[in-house]
Amino acid sequence: MIRRGFVDDKIGLKYGAGGRAMRALIERVCLAGIGPAPVDGIGLAAMDDGAALRIGDRWLVITTDSHVVHPIVFPGGDIGRLAVSGTVNDLAVMGATEPLALTCAIIMEEGFARTDLERIYASIHEACHEAGATIVTGDTKVMGRGEIDGLVLNTAGVALCDRVVPDSGLKPGDLLILTGTVGDHGMAIMAARHKLALEGDLRSDVAPINGLVRAALEAGGLDVVAMKDPTRGGVSSALHEMAEKSGVGIIVEEMKVPVRNQVRAACDLLGIDPLVVANEGKALIGVRASAAEDVLAAIRRHPLGSDAAIVGRCIEQHVGAVILDTGLGRRMLAEPEGELLPRIC
Amino acid sequence: MPGTDRDQALSELKFRDPVRARALVEALGRRTAELGRAPVSVMHVCGSHEQAIAKFGLRSTFPRGLNVIMGPGCPVCITDTPEVDEGVVLARQGVHIATYGDMVRVPGTSLSLADAQAEGAKIHVIYSAGQAVELARSTSDQVVFFATGFETTAVATAAVVLGGLPPNLSILSAHKYIPPVMEIVAEMPETKVEGFLAAGHAATITGSAVFEPFVARHGLPVVIAGFEPLDILAGLVKLVELIRDRTPQVVNMFPRCVTREGNLRAQEQLWKVFRSTGGRWRGIAHVPNGNLRLRDEFASIDARRRFTIDLASLWDCAPPALAQSCICGNIMAGLSSPTDCKLFGQECTPEKPVGACMVSSEGACKIWHQYGGHPDLGGDA
Ligand code: SF4
Ligand code: SF4
Repeated sequence: MIRRGFVDDKIGLKYGAGGRAMRALIERVCLAGIGPAPVDGIGLAAMDDGAALRIGDRWLVITTDSHVVHPIVFPGGDIGRLAVSGTVNDLAVMGATEPLALTCAIIMEEGFARTDLERIYASIHEACHEAGATIVTGDTKVMGRGEIDGLVLNTAGVALCDRVVPDSGLKPGDLLILTGTVGDHGMAIMAARHKLALEGDLRSDVAPINGLVRAALEAGGLDVVAMKDPTRGGVSSALHEMAEKSGVGIIVEEMKVPVRNQVRAACDLLGIDPLVVANEGKALIGVRASAAEDVLAAIRRHPLGSDAAIVGRCIEQHVGAVILDTGLGRRMLAEPEGELLPRIC
Repeated sequence: MPGTDRDQALSELKFRDPVRARALVEALGRRTAELGRAPVSVMHVCGSHEQAIAKFGLRSTFPRGLNVIMGPGCPVCITDTPEVDEGVVLARQGVHIATYGDMVRVPGTSLSLADAQAEGAKIHVIYSAGQAVELARSTSDQVVFFATGFETTAVATAAVVLGGLPPNLSILSAHKYIPPVMEIVAEMPETKVEGFLAAGHAATITGSAVFEPFVARHGLPVVIAGFEPLDILAGLVKLVELIRDRTPQVVNMFPRCVTREGNLRAQEQLWKVFRSTGGRWRGIAHVPNGNLRLRDEFASIDARRRFTIDLASLWDCAPPALAQSCICGNIMAGLSSPTDCKLFGQECTPEKPVGACMVSSEGACKIWHQYGGHPDLGGDA
C-alpha cells in the first residue's frame, strides 16, 4: 500500500468507519504476518471486496461481513436486508453475480424481542429472494444483557464466476460509472439515529444489486475493468482505493454525481460531503472508454440504475489521488478519516 | 441524467454559475498580469472564505502571481490558550460548561475541554447562545457559557445577556473583535499583505465604514465579500484592481447584505454588553482592543468574577511537548503555510490535533489537510 497511517494503541470507533484509519489498522495489524496470497487468486492482502480462489477454470469468490447498525430498523430497510445485500453486493462487484449460498450467524442480547427477530428474518428472506440467493447454514448465540448491543449479524457468501473483476484494474483513459444517487443510506441512518427532523424523507438505498451488475457485465464484457462497492467511507473511500491500487489518478466531476435533493439538503445542513456518506445499493464501475455508453445504457435500463451516470475518468498524473472538479475549480477530494460527525458550528 | 433535480438546483444557484466563474477567473488573471509584477499577496480574515475557496477548488484557478493568504479568521483558532485553560479550570471545579462545538477539542496549555470531560467534567456542546440559557434552566447547578467567536456571535451573546440570564448562568467571554487584528497584520514588519478581503458576515453587523480609518492609516485596500464562490472571485478581482491602481479604499462587494453603517441595533447591543480591551490572540500577538469583555454593569454574570479561576492548578499536568513545534501563529499571521509545519499531516491531524488550526472546520491546517491546500491539479489533457 502507498499510504501507511498512524494506528493508536487503543482501537477507537474510527477504525471501523471504512476510511483511512480502518485501512491503516488492517494493514498494520490484520495483514501483519499472514502468508502469501493464494496462488493465482485474490487474498486478504489485496483488500478487495472479497477473495477469489481458482477452482479448475472458474473462480470461487468468498466474502464475509458483520453487521451492526443503529437503529436496527431504519427508513428503507433493516439490518436483515442490509446483511444480505452487503454480502451479495460484495460478491457481485468481484464479478460473481450469481450467489451460490449464504451463511448467516446471529448474536442477540438477552431480552431481544421475538417479534423484532421475526421481522428481521422476514426481510432476510425477502432480500435473498430478490438476489436469487439462499441461506444454507447459520448459527445463533445469545449473550447477557449489556454484553452486546441488541443484535449483530454476520453473513458470508460464496459464488462461482468465470472472470474476477478486481478493484485495481483501472488504466488512464478509463471512465467511472456510478450506478445511482449517493449518500442515501448514510443520511437515512444519521437522520434516524440522531432523530434529526430533516425535511423530506430520507430513505436507505439498501438493495442487492447483483442483477444490475450482471447487466453491466453482459453489456461491457472484458471492457468492465474494475468494480467496487462504495459502502462505509462512501464513494470517496472507494475511489481512493481504486486509484491507489490501480496506479492512476481519478478526476471526478462533482456536477455529474447524482445526489437526491433531500440528501443534499441534509448534507449541507450538517456540513457533510455526500461523497463520503455510505451507500448500500450502489456500485462504482470502471470501464474502457469505448464501452462506457453501452454499459451505462444497460445499467440505466435496470430498475435500480435509472440515475446512473459517468462521473469520472482516470488520468496518468496524480497517482493514487482523487481530484474533484467542482465546475468552478479543482481540489483534492477528502478521504474520510473516521466517524462521520455532523458539523457543530 | 438530463433534467434531474440536481441540474435544476444548480441552475438556481446563480452564485455558483461556472460560466460566470470562468469569466471572473479570466479577469483575475488579467488584473494580476496588469500589475506588471509578481507576486502580490492579499489576505482574507474569515475562515468561511477559506472554506469556500477550498471547497469549490478556487485556489486551483487563481493566477500564479496571486497569493491568497488566510489570516486570523477562525474564531476557534484564535481563542488564546489561557482562555481555554480558564474553561478547563472551571469545568474541573464542577460547573457545567456550555460552548460551541469545535472549542471542546482545542488544546489548552495541558488539557482541552474534551480531556476534562474524559476526567468527568460536564461539558455541553451548544449551537446557539440561547441553548446555554435552556441548559441553565434545566439544572440547579452552576452553568458557564464559554462564549467564543467574533462580532457575529458576540452579538448573539449580547442579546441573551440583555434578555436576562437565569441566576445560575454566567458568561466566560473569549469573544474577539476583528478590525484591530488587521492593524496588527498590516504593521508586522515582515508582512507581504497588500490588501484585505473582509468577511461579509461580520461586516453585516459592523458596516463597511468600520474599515475606513484602517484604510486611511495604512493605505491598504479592503474589499468586503460574501461567501459564494462568485462573491469571492469578484471580490478578488476588485481587490487586485485597487492594488493595481494604487487607490486604497473600502469597497463593499456584498451590498446584498452589507451597508455602510451596518446593523445599528446589533452594534448598540454589542457595545452595551461588551467593551473592547487588549488581549492576546492565540499564536499571533497582543491585539489592542481585540478582546471583548463584559462591562462592569454585568459583573454579576461574569464567570471570571463569580468564580476563582486558579490557572496554577493546571500545572500538575505536563503540556504536550509537540505543541512547541506548532506554527499556527505564523500561519494566521500570513507568514507561513500549513505545509510549512513539520507536524502537518504527520503527528498533527484532525483526529489528533496538536494546534488549534487543525481543529476547526475553519482552521487553515484542517482545511488544507482535508482539501489539499495549494495543489497544482492540471496536466490531465
Ligand atoms: S464568525 Fe463569521 S465572519 Fe467571522 S470567521 Fe466565522 S464565519 Fe467568518
Ligand atoms: S499542522 Fe498542527 S501543529 Fe502544525 S501549525 Fe497546523 S495545527 Fe499547528
